[in-house]
Amino acid sequence: MSDKPVARPLPKFDEADTAEFWAGTKEKEFRYQQCDNCQKIIFYPRRTCTGCTNSQLIWKVSNGLGKIYTFSIVRLSYHPFFKQQLPYVVAWIDIDEGPRILSNVVGCDAEDVKIGTEVKLEWEIHENLNIPLFEPI
Amino acid sequence: MQGFNIAEYFGIKPNVLDMTNVGGSSFEIHAAHAKRDIAAGKAKVALLTYGSTAHSNARAIGAGGRDGGMHPADNMDRFSGMTLIANYAMVAQRHMHEFGTTSEQLAEISVATRFHAMRNPEAVKAMEDLDFINIRETTIEDVVDSRMIADPLHLLECCMISDGGGAVVIASPEVARDCKKPPVWILGSGEATKYPENGGDICTSAAVQSAPTAFKEAGISPSEIDIAMIYDSFSITVLTLLEDLGFCKKGEGGAWVEGGRLRFDRPNDGPALNTDGGGLSSNHPGMRGIFLLIEAARQLRGESTSQVENAKLAVAHGNGGMLGSRHVAGTIILGRD
Repeated sequence: MSDKPVARPLPKFDEADTAEFWAGTKEKEFRYQQCDNCQKIIFYPRRTCTGCTNSQLIWKVSNGLGKIYTFSIVRLSYHPFFKQQLPYVVAWIDIDEGPRILSNVVGCDAEDVKIGTEVKLEWEIHENLNIPLFEPI
Repeated sequence: MQGFNIAEYFGIKPNVLDMTNVGGSSFEIHAAHAKRDIAAGKAKVALLTYGSTAHSNARAIGAGGRDGGMHPADNMDRFSGMTLIANYAMVAQRHMHEFGTTSEQLAEISVATRFHAMRNPEAVKAMEDLDFINIRETTIEDVVDSRMIADPLHLLECCMISDGGGAVVIASPEVARDCKKPPVWILGSGEATKYPENGGDICTSAAVQSAPTAFKEAGISPSEIDIAMIYDSFSITVLTLLEDLGFCKKGEGGAWVEGGRLRFDRPNDGPALNTDGGGLSSNHPGMRGIFLLIEAARQLRGESTSQVENAKLAVAHGNGGMLGSRHVAGTIILGRD
């Protein structure tokens, strides 16, 4: 068995609905959609509005600020990458403009993470895209 | 080996096939569809089957990698390393934050199911086969002192991974009246799904949609239920579903379960929970929904190892998928003559 470092599992570029989001991360832009008809915020990215039948969705860019809606400190994982990161924090983040995203809270002691903590985007740099992680402000 | 493989194995040529796969709640959905198809005259007898060697195959269900498929949601989620346990843990974390629910209250669910498991020789054998250490009734302290797996869920709040299998026969009234065992009737059913929404409430499950449909069809209220077979993948699953099924108000589940209320020998305090020992302490081969139907039927026939005296009405509620994100609820109300 080799001890070759295992990388974080990355999204696929050929997934049609989310490709624009991931292309945006390369520019360090957190892109989300808003319906041109009913103004509903759409996230994750899709082809049609979930609030009406409109398919005219406008891409917008978030300022990357938000709050922790809920979280867990993962202390057991058998995944070849994530087991090397234990303990780590997974969280649902409520972005100020409306999107809720599943991500990791980094740059702090896991024990200090609380619901309601204000966070900001922190990009993890990869070759063809960047991963949106969050750090307490 | 579900669906057509089972038909071939037994040499059956069914008129209706239903291979709906929505995880742990699949069998409640199958039961609902079987009832519908029998009522419509499409079938007379339905056979529901399940078998899994999740333990023998060492499937890392709760803490394995979740690389997901090609659904757009998977493509947004997979980088985070959320385990299945962490998904449920995030519901518990939010429930504690919003309602002051405590680990000690959640532990009541683990303690009650283990109490029932210790009375069930098959559950004890299963725990022995899985090399559980120190197999005995547990206390709240045992649960909250067990190691943290994904905060705030401790080891003893997580179901086991076992092998297992089961089958349920659902028949028309004419056929059922002519069987050796007394019939157990499906009085109502409900199905629903829930998924993450921006600004949504993670503490409320799809059961708030499936349960009222099922109870309305059955013409009864939750307060009349004697037996609650509720998918106990984790302690928080049961707490959330007790609220959503209508046994208590949203947020009050923690206080409601206190003091051993869910034990089979407390019939005046509401339903007995998972009297076979549940997924927490009897078996969990990955999709436990069929065992909810089986133990509910045993209770209504007076055959349980933790028999509630004169049990008349039971609910079997399956939760498939993940409580903290996308899942499918299946509610079945059962009664006897």
